[in-house]
Formats: sequence, C-alpha cells, structure tokens
Amino acid sequence: MEKDPNNILDEVTQGEYKYGFYTDIEMDTAPMGLSEDTVRFISAKKNEPEWLLQYRLDAYRKWLVMTEPTWAHIHHAPINYQDIFYYAAPKRKKELTNLDEVDPELIETFNKLGISLEEQKRLTGVAVDAVIDSVSVKTTFTETLEKQGIIFCSFSEAVQKVPELVKQYLGTVVPSDDNYFAALNSAVFSDGSFCYIPKGVRCPIELSTYFRINAANTGQFERTLIIGDEGSYVSYMEGCTAPMRDENQLHAAIVEIIALKDAQVKYSTVQNWYPGNKKGEGGIYNFVTKRGICKGNNSKISWTQVETGSAITWKYPSVVLMGDNSVGEFYSVAVTNNFQQADTGSKMIHLGKNTKSTIISKGISAGQSSNSYRGLVKMTKRAENSRNFSQCDSLLLGDRCGAHTFPYIKTENKTSIVEHEATTSKISDDQLFYCNQRGISTESAIGLIVNGYAREVLKQLPMEFAVEAQKLLSISLEGSVG
Amino acid sequence: MLSIKNLRVSISGKEILRGINLEVKPGEVHAIMGPNGTGKSTLASVISGRDIYDITEGEIIFKGKNLLEMSIEDRASEGIFLGFQYPVEIPGVSITNFMRTAINEQRKYHGLDPMPASEFLAKMEEKKQMLEIQAKLANRSVNEGFSGGEKKKNEIFQMAMLDPDLAILDETDSGLDIDALKIVANGVNKLRKPDNSFLVITHYQRLLDYIVPDIVHVLFDGRIVRSGGKELAVELEEKGYEWIKAEMD
Ligand SMILES: Nc1ncnc2c1ncn2[C@@H]1O[C@H](COP(=O)(O)OP(=O)(O)OP(=O)(O)O)[C@@H](O)[C@H]1O
Ligand SMILES: [Mg+2]
Repeated sequence: MEKDPNNILDEVTQGEYKYGFYTDIEMDTAPMGLSEDTVRFISAKKNEPEWLLQYRLDAYRKWLVMTEPTWAHIHHAPINYQDIFYYAAPKRKKELTNLDEVDPELIETFNKLGISLEEQKRLTGVAVDAVIDSVSVKTTFTETLEKQGIIFCSFSEAVQKVPELVKQYLGTVVPSDDNYFAALNSAVFSDGSFCYIPKGVRCPIELSTYFRINAANTGQFERTLIIGDEGSYVSYMEGCTAPMRDENQLHAAIVEIIALKDAQVKYSTVQNWYPGNKKGEGGIYNFVTKRGICKGNNSKISWTQVETGSAITWKYPSVVLMGDNSVGEFYSVAVTNNFQQADTGSKMIHLGKNTKSTIISKGISAGQSSNSYRGLVKMTKRAENSRNFSQCDSLLLGDRCGAHTFPYIKTENKTSIVEHEATTSKISDDQLFYCNQRGISTESAIGLIVNGYAREVLKQLPMEFAVEAQKLLSISLEGSVG
Repeated sequence: MLSIKNLRVSISGKEILRGINLEVKPGEVHAIMGPNGTGKSTLASVISGRDIYDITEGEIIFKGKNLLEMSIEDRASEGIFLGFQYPVEIPGVSITNFMRTAINEQRKYHGLDPMPASEFLAKMEEKKQMLEIQAKLANRSVNEGFSGGEKKKNEIFQMAMLDPDLAILDETDSGLDIDALKIVANGVNKLRKPDNSFLVITHYQRLLDYIVPDIVHVLFDGRIVRSGGKELAVELEEKGYEWIKAEMD
C-alpha cells in the first residue's frame, strides 16, 4: 500500500526525529591555511574522482589571481585567508548534560520561537537519552522519493552515487571564476545538497534539508546543486529559523539551480546565522552566490529568502532566463539590527523571448545597521517582449540605520518593459499609539507591523516555514525601538 | 468609573486643556461637544495615555487607579478604548490578526491564556453580524484603503470585540452615511450595560438622537463651560456656540 506523503510529513514533523541525523565521523582537520595541498587534501578525504580534483585546483588557481570585490556597501576588517581551517570533518558539538549549561539568552530565544525542549537540546548539543527510531522515518522519506526516481542527498554522496550528473551540471550556472568568493568555494567547498527531479515528476513533498543526513554539518563552504528535469516540479527549503552558531566566521556558499523545459523549481531559505553581539562584535560573514538558469522554454525558478542573521550578508540570488517564456522570481525580506550589514538583491538576465521576472525586496533596518538593495535587470537584444517588475521597499526603525537602493537596468531591445518602484517608510508614532491603545505592547506592535510589511514575501514561503519566519522577524527586531 | 480633576495639559508650551473636571459613573453616557480646536481630541488622547503632552496639573482616576502612572497599553487592558477620529492604516496586518493580537495581549495582562481560536472566530462572526460588516472586510489590512465610513465602522467593530469599560468615541459619526450611523448607534446601544460607560465626542446632535446621553458637556477653550441633559445638545444645534461665548463674556 502506498503511503500518503502527507502522513509521512506529519509523522516526520511531529516526531522527535532529528536526533539521529549525524554520522560519527572521526575528527579530522586539514592544516590551517589555503594551498594546492589543502585542496588536494579535501578532495582526497572525500574520495573524489580526478575530474573533480582538477575542477577544484583550476578554481584555486583562478582564485589566486583574483581580488576581493569592493563594490558592495559593506565594511569589514580584512579577511586573512591563511588563518582559516578549510577542512574539518563533521564533528559533534560538545556534549552538554543539561540545558542549564546553555547560554540563557539562547534558551529564551528558543522559547520565543516555540522550539520544543527536545529540539532545543538537539540544537545546543545536549545529550538526549531517548533517541527515537529516526532511521525508519528517514527511510520512509527516502523511499517515497526513490520510488519516483528523485535523488536527494548530500553533495558528497552525489559525487559518489551519480558522478555523471554532477559533472554534467557543476559550475554550469556559476562558473568557478564567476567572482572571488565563488572561486574560493569552487576550490574548497565542503558539502551541501544535491537534488535531481526526473522528467515529468512532481516532487510530492517539500524537500527540506532537515531530512538530509549531516545537514547540520555542511561546513562553511556549502555547495548545492538542484536540477529540475523537463516538466518537473520541486519546492526546496534550506536553513532553519533557530539561531545558528558557528565558530567559522567566513561562509561562502554556492547554490546552482537548473530548470529544463517546463520545469519549476522553488527555493526557499531562512538564514539566521549568528549576527554578532549588540556591539557589533563577532558574527558570520556570509558571501553567497546563488544563481539559477531557466534553461528550457516555459521553465520557472523562484527564490524566496528571509535574511535575519549574519554580521555581513552579501547575496544576490539570480535567474538567467534563457528559455523562451521562462519566469524568474525573487522575494526577499532582509532584516538588519544593531551593527549588521546586508547588501543583497537579485539579478534577472533576460535572454529568451517573452520572459518575465519579478523582484520584491523588503528591507527592514534597525539599530545602526546598514541595509542595501542591489539589483540588475538586463534585457538582451533577443529577449523581445519581456517584462520585469521590481519593487524595493525599505522600512527604517529609528534614525541611526541606513537603507540604500542600487538598481541597475540595461535594456537592449525596444519591446521589453522594465518597471522599478521603490519606497522608504518608517513606523509612525501614530501607528504605535493606535496599536498600544488596543492593548498591544510596542514590541508586539513592531512585530505586527513588520510582518505586515513583509507579508507579500512571507506568503511565498511554504506553510511550516512561514509561521516560524514570522516569529523570527519579530524577535530579530526586539529592543530596536523604545 | 472615570474621575478627572483640574486637568491642565500643554503641548509645545501651548496650554490646551485648562482645568478639566469630569465625573463619569458606571452605566452613563456622556457627550462632549464644542467648537473645532477646543481640545476634545486632546482630552481623549490624554485619557488614553499618549505621551506627547505635558500634564502640568490635575489627576485622572479610572476604576480607582491613577491612570497617569500607567502605560497606554495597560490603560487599554484596564478597559479604556478610544475610537479614533482619524484611524491609521497598518498595511499588511489583517483585522483578524490585529484583533487576535490585541485580545490576547489584554488577556495576558490579566493573567489569562490566549483565547481559543474557535471562541475568537465565533466572536468575530457575531460582532461582524451585529455591525453588518461584510465578511471580506475582516481579511483586509487594518484601515488600508478603507473609506472614511468604513474606518469608523471598523473602530466600533474593534470596540465590540474588546468589550471595554470606558469607550471614548471621537467623532465616530463623522463620515458615516445615515444607514451606517444607525447601525453604529445600534451597536453602541447593544453594548451599553450598567457597568460600562461611554464618552461620545460629536459635533452633531443627530447622533445623540440615537445614542441618548445622560449628560452633555460643552468644551470651550480647554474648559468644560457647561453641562446639562440631552436638551443642551438641541439648544446648541439651534443657537450655535456664539450663544455660550456671549454668556461667558
Ligand atoms: N501635536 C500638537 N502640536 C501642537 N498643537 C497641537 C497638537 N495637537 C493638537 N494641537 C492643538 O491643540 C488644539 C486642540 O486640538 P484638538 O485636536 O484636541 O481639538 P478638537 O477639539 O478635537 O477639534 P476638532 O473638533 O476639530 O476635532 C488645537 O489648537 C490643535 O491645533
Ligand atoms: Mg478632534
């Protein structure tokens, strides 16, 4: 009897399934610093085929002669690339015996997010004695997918299992010398997700990194590849709303999406890496290259992101609209508080005829943070009768933060239409008074207003993600007004 | 219920309320009338706790508690409701979500658990029907793109949902068509109980035909210069404020 995928999802989301999801690989670290030897070491550790080693080495050599980009509206101390460990085998977090040993502030945040006690233990690395039968749940999940020919595994696993697919598509959307951080990632990438949806298959469940072995240990140079074959559909979710701590300050990920003819890929993410403390010390530098290509006619790629974490976010999920009638979408909420800096936006490159793209960006800044939208819309000569609509809104909380908009528009044909709208607003005292008068505290009022402001984007998220994301927005802005 | 003694209020150095005395008992409806700019809305804001004013003298006691020491939201949870003269828009926040948040925050103040969803939805339904509000309206964002009349109706809807002890209605009648006025007045009358009170600010005696006040006050130049029964409103409508001004001189 076939299992109803909904039941499986219920089983999976309600059960305490997540504990067993690490493999205990012996700790193993490459020497500090970056060299050809480091690259060879990583590749050997992962038992990679020769072509992949060459791919990495080639990227490394390109990286050597590249320079860090300086055009983004961000500031940080110089990064010493020789002062980083580029390979550490997935290791367990330090085992604590009791939640009392965990930073109380963190626990408070967990409670506000409504994360269960058990889940809190897992996230903070407290030993859990009652490990439930997670393997069977996971197996059911994988079986459902395998029956349909869907491949969903870690990137490293894919290299072993389906090397030809990886070889065919790796680096075809983001070339290894695309930019400085992409080159770095291509040389030393740690792990990430691989996902292939065969022809005509509609993936029956949201693919969440939650279900993937070692998802918590993808490392700082994450690499993800998603391929939607002809006529397929998949909704993929990455990240998690719980605060993620990591000793590695530099993160440089690459995500590549390929949508063939009539395929649809929906990618949703919540990014909540450690943003640093209230004084602006610490926090993750997040330099990400995410790009999809609508390769076939009538294909569609849509990016939805909720960015609340990281000290620095540098991220421009883009779509190359190559197939005729293809569609690209970008929905983004980026929150910055305290001293966070975000320079994020999207690129829509229209190559095919009758292509359509939409960009909805909602920036919310508080404290002394800086929040920039940077976007490029390009209509090439061939892209006749194409359209773009961009809406970039900024909401300012307080008057010490900054919001900037850098839209670039290039049109090489006369039949395409590009529309760009931008607004900047503040939460007014009248709005706060109105909410207060109904008994709503200022903190809740801000949460309410901010979520209302971001609604257009939040409603794009898969249900189970959306509820958490809403809470997250409110929490990220706590203490920012008043 | 509400007791205001010798209340003096200024804003940016300008004195607006110049010694207000007002006593509202449970079950009573008081009307406040008076020319534009005499301080009616200011009085409503000060009672609600808006903190842009300097309160230079006097006291406000509500159900035995000193209001001036309480935050806006605590006053609301204690049972004060203000129907705004100019309700503000909150884009993207549905009335349903807004009301649920308000009710649950008020319940939290009283140490109660959030209202169960089914009870909440039933209450929404009941009040919508009472005020003849279209189902669609509740899914729209708070006041966003509402017509003037819809905004006022929405204020009364919120009042009905929150069930306050003291409702201050600041020119709720302005902008309402005749049918809406009747519906709103009807709604208010249905909510009248022996243990709650209303402070109705209006320019028109017409509203007071429907919501019959126990006492009518005339606010003039920051002071209550006359109080009387509902016939005072009729007299004002006939003679205008010149008459009071003349008597004062
Ligand atoms: N924020 C403010 N700053 C300066 N003056 C103010 C402010 N708010 C109100 N005032 C002034 O206080 C006076 C009283 O205003 P208020 O709004 O209370 O009048 P009102 O009696 O409600 O008038 P209306 O019948 O037109 O609604 C007016 O002269 C107004 O200009
Ligand atoms: Mg007024």
